[in-house]
Amino acid sequence: MTRENKGFKFDWIIILLFLLLVGFGWVNITAASASGDINSYLDFSKPYGKQLLFILCSFFIIVIVLSLESKFYERFSSIIYLISIIALLGLFLFGKNVNGATSWYGLGSLTIQPSEFAKVGTALALAKFLSDLQTNFSTLKDQIRAIAIISLPAILIIMQNDTGSTLVYTTFIFIFIREGLPLNYILIAIGALLLSVLSLKFSAMPITIITICIVILHYFFIRKKKYQQLKYLTIVAFTFILTFGATFFYNSVLKTHQQNRISLWLRLEKNPDKLQKMKRTFAYNLIESEKAISSGQITGKGFRKGTRTTGKFVPEQHTDYIFTTVGEEWGFLGSALVVIIYVCLIVRIVILAELQKTQFARIYGYSVAAILFFHFTINIGMVMGLIPTIGIPLPFFSYGGSGLWAFTLLLFIFVKLDSNRINEW
Amino acid sequence: MKKLFLVFITICIGVIFISRLFYLQVYTTKKSTIFDDNAIRKEFTYPKRGFVFDRNNKLLVANQPSYDVMIVPNEVKPLDTTLFCKLLNITKQKFISTYKKTYRYSPKIPQVFVSQISKENYGVLAEKMRKFKGFYIRKRSLREYQTYIGANVLGNIGEVNYGDIKKKPYYRKGDLIGRAGIEKSYEEVLRGKKGVKYIQKDIFNRNIGSFKNGIYDTLAIPGKDIKITIDHDLQAYGELLMMHKRGGIIAIEPETGEILAMVSSPTYNPNDLVGRKRNANYLKLHKDTLANPLYDRSLQAQYVPGSPFKTIVALVGLQEEVINPKSTIRCVGAYNYGGKKPLGCHCGQGKRNLINGISRSCNSYFAHVYKQTIDKYENPSESTNRWANHIKSFGLGNYLNNDLSVGNKGFVPNGDYYDRRYKDFRWRSSTTISNAIGQGEVLTTPIQLANMTAVIANRGYYYTPHIIKSIENKTINQRFTTKHHSSIDKQHFEPVIEGMYQVFNNGGTAQTLRIPGIAICGKTGTAENKVKINGKSTQLTDHSIFTAFAPKDNPKIAIAVFIENGYWGSRFAGRIASLMIEKYLKGYTTRKDLENWIFTHSLENEYKKPYSGKPFKINGGAALQVIENYTKPTVN
Repeated sequence: MTRENKGFKFDWIIILLFLLLVGFGWVNITAASASGDINSYLDFSKPYGKQLLFILCSFFIIVIVLSLESKFYERFSSIIYLISIIALLGLFLFGKNVNGATSWYGLGSLTIQPSEFAKVGTALALAKFLSDLQTNFSTLKDQIRAIAIISLPAILIIMQNDTGSTLVYTTFIFIFIREGLPLNYILIAIGALLLSVLSLKFSAMPITIITICIVILHYFFIRKKKYQQLKYLTIVAFTFILTFGATFFYNSVLKTHQQNRISLWLRLEKNPDKLQKMKRTFAYNLIESEKAISSGQITGKGFRKGTRTTGKFVPEQHTDYIFTTVGEEWGFLGSALVVIIYVCLIVRIVILAELQKTQFARIYGYSVAAILFFHFTINIGMVMGLIPTIGIPLPFFSYGGSGLWAFTLLLFIFVKLDSNRINEW
Repeated sequence: MKKLFLVFITICIGVIFISRLFYLQVYTTKKSTIFDDNAIRKEFTYPKRGFVFDRNNKLLVANQPSYDVMIVPNEVKPLDTTLFCKLLNITKQKFISTYKKTYRYSPKIPQVFVSQISKENYGVLAEKMRKFKGFYIRKRSLREYQTYIGANVLGNIGEVNYGDIKKKPYYRKGDLIGRAGIEKSYEEVLRGKKGVKYIQKDIFNRNIGSFKNGIYDTLAIPGKDIKITIDHDLQAYGELLMMHKRGGIIAIEPETGEILAMVSSPTYNPNDLVGRKRNANYLKLHKDTLANPLYDRSLQAQYVPGSPFKTIVALVGLQEEVINPKSTIRCVGAYNYGGKKPLGCHCGQGKRNLINGISRSCNSYFAHVYKQTIDKYENPSESTNRWANHIKSFGLGNYLNNDLSVGNKGFVPNGDYYDRRYKDFRWRSSTTISNAIGQGEVLTTPIQLANMTAVIANRGYYYTPHIIKSIENKTINQRFTTKHHSSIDKQHFEPVIEGMYQVFNNGGTAQTLRIPGIAICGKTGTAENKVKINGKSTQLTDHSIFTAFAPKDNPKIAIAVFIENGYWGSRFAGRIASLMIEKYLKGYTTRKDLENWIFTHSLENEYKKPYSGKPFKINGGAALQVIENYTKPTVN
């Protein structure tokens, strides 16, 4: 093998998809944040100018990440994790409060969000722990340890009032499933989630009764083994806890804005007066975002021609709601293309992860795919009104330095690990 | 399975997202236009509404500016309310309640605070306006009538309502639309087309430039000026004559079908329906259900035609060859047609032919003609159908299809109608004999009667009566320049016209109404009528009807006058018709005593009587009301 080939055996498909997303993302940030004529795209007082700078910086990150030895990431994973945790802890002392969440470090005009980078640290640490020869994931002890690795940053982030970023950590369940956690667990989790949501939507009592009826019918007609009363009783008990617990949780634990989001999502409000009020308050974002997307129709209105985008009708449009710009200005064709690019990227990462020779690289690859999957699903689902509002960015697309750099770091560490597979004998 | 779990879920999510996108962007999207986009502000520029001139180029309708005080509630700063209310001529309570109302509607949207302030108020207010933040003055254009007559002709304009907007998307809330008269029938010509500017706005309602560099913007197209066929002086004279009477006058130029005058009485000053007083005045007119000034009696009222109808009964008889100009009968003061009671006649008895039959209005003669016509064929139904078709060819019994905003069909019964009505009864000519003298089922509106007279004047044809003369040099619609022929041959008209000429000569029913120097032809009419009062059918004083045209050869005017409860034809209607013709043909009137009689005699008591609740006498039993110390009304 020649020396030239050695350094450049990267997976160019991933790199191409990455460049497409970053490039198209910047186009849309420009549309969403520009007002009036654009004198120069290098105007650093405007989001599109800044984002251009962030993208350039991310290229430096890529160069650095790819030039390091791939062993480095495995060896230093614990250190990186530790640094992430320290950075999160530091927020309690030096954090800057933006929109109620204390999750930023202010460095002059630049703000850094350590929770974005903590995902990289956690993914590396989890991969390292699970690939360790001494770890046996089928034991409860090691399962708890793995969960602890994930929970630590999650708990720190939720203490800083950033619920959205915390929820991202639930995505690591995909790694557990891949590494041997029975699929039943996830089915139970989905079942529990469904039960809670249904009891919120249709009130707890009927859902409980229906579920218990199904359980009883199952007990008498479909059950294969004898004497399993205890198991069935547990299910019944859980049903009670979930249905009434969900209602209690919704009414007493959730904050008003969170209640509103769920009420909006499940269309719980029926009073027409309150609905009118909703439209002007917390439902406003969703209504405007759906309106913007719908107005794009098949081919969209064209770059910087979207009336709702240029009129700044959608709040936070260049960050979490960036997909509405795609919807309005590029229409169904453009938006569907973006969805397809994300799906391709995630699938490509999973396929490559499966091809990895080392367990560390595979688990890390899986983590990358799972994190991207979570952000993609939640963000786009939110702007289209399919899931309740959870404010997390669209990877590579949304405006913001921390987000872009963290995702670049996350992705290109995997690209580096993967290139090692190809380059190694 | 576990290896592909994430791949599987990712693809599922991808499919769900694309479906949702499809639903939002392709499936649910209506063909939306820039009008529906609330991110685009539509700013309209209103064109000048077209002027209206009469046939002699007298300006009848123009425009005047009107000023509305507008408010943007959330821009209002504390102000000197006492001064402001004084300037606007409103109370403080009114100020507060209006402010609250507008604020509740929307704090950001400009709304009308006080509409149509007077010119004097505007002058003072405009100077002080800068003191009142959040208020401004908006200029709009209203109609200005340069005359006090012709309310039913000119019509009026008013703000569009929800139904109008629904039907015609051109209009938007607050726009003005023609509500009656020519304002309604020529709405699209007069209004022009408003221009629109599309301005992109942001979430705070600020302008951020024109939409797509203004490629969709349009300029306002001014409304066209129109000239109508009305002769202002004749119309004014007609309205003057009609004061204190109810009814209608229609005067037509037979050779063109142009309507020279179209008087409906009682009427009102068209300026009453302009500006701030519009709503109150409209309500007042609308509530007057007895006199009903908003009802155009010249176009909408359907009356029994009475004796003028005999002229065409005679023409049909001639055409059907059941009589000839020489055939005679002897009138014995009644016509025994085989009914229970013979048909009475007041012609004075004697030998009657076509000419003196018309001039003396002999009922017997026309009953005879009618009977002959219907008995011509074995089947009365068939011959009545033939008869009805002849009658309809004079423009009776259906809409004239003209350019007036209201109208009525009238009614001409045919054989099928009587078949339906007398299902179990073999009806014959004697059953429907009242049609012979215009007292049966036939109903006509004054404009139809005038048109019928025009057919006779033209010796057999008419042009659809219309009111438009020209639209800014453009020729008028072809349907007003197409001849409609009646089914009667030309030669049959001369004897009938001779009869109508004799009406004004010795022994004729209108011999006192001759116009010096003008050969006039006409026909009197006296129509019995009944109304329902408190559910009881009550006979009232007869209607006075007159149709006429002049000069006899080459006629210039055909007229129909209808005066409710005027008793007999020549008493009111004949006098008015004669004066109108003279006024039109000469430009002045010579018979001041005749004119004065009309001015000083009122029918107001006659109209009040049936609703007084007391028993009353009709026709000859009632005294005619005389106005003492009559002075000509002087309106601007």
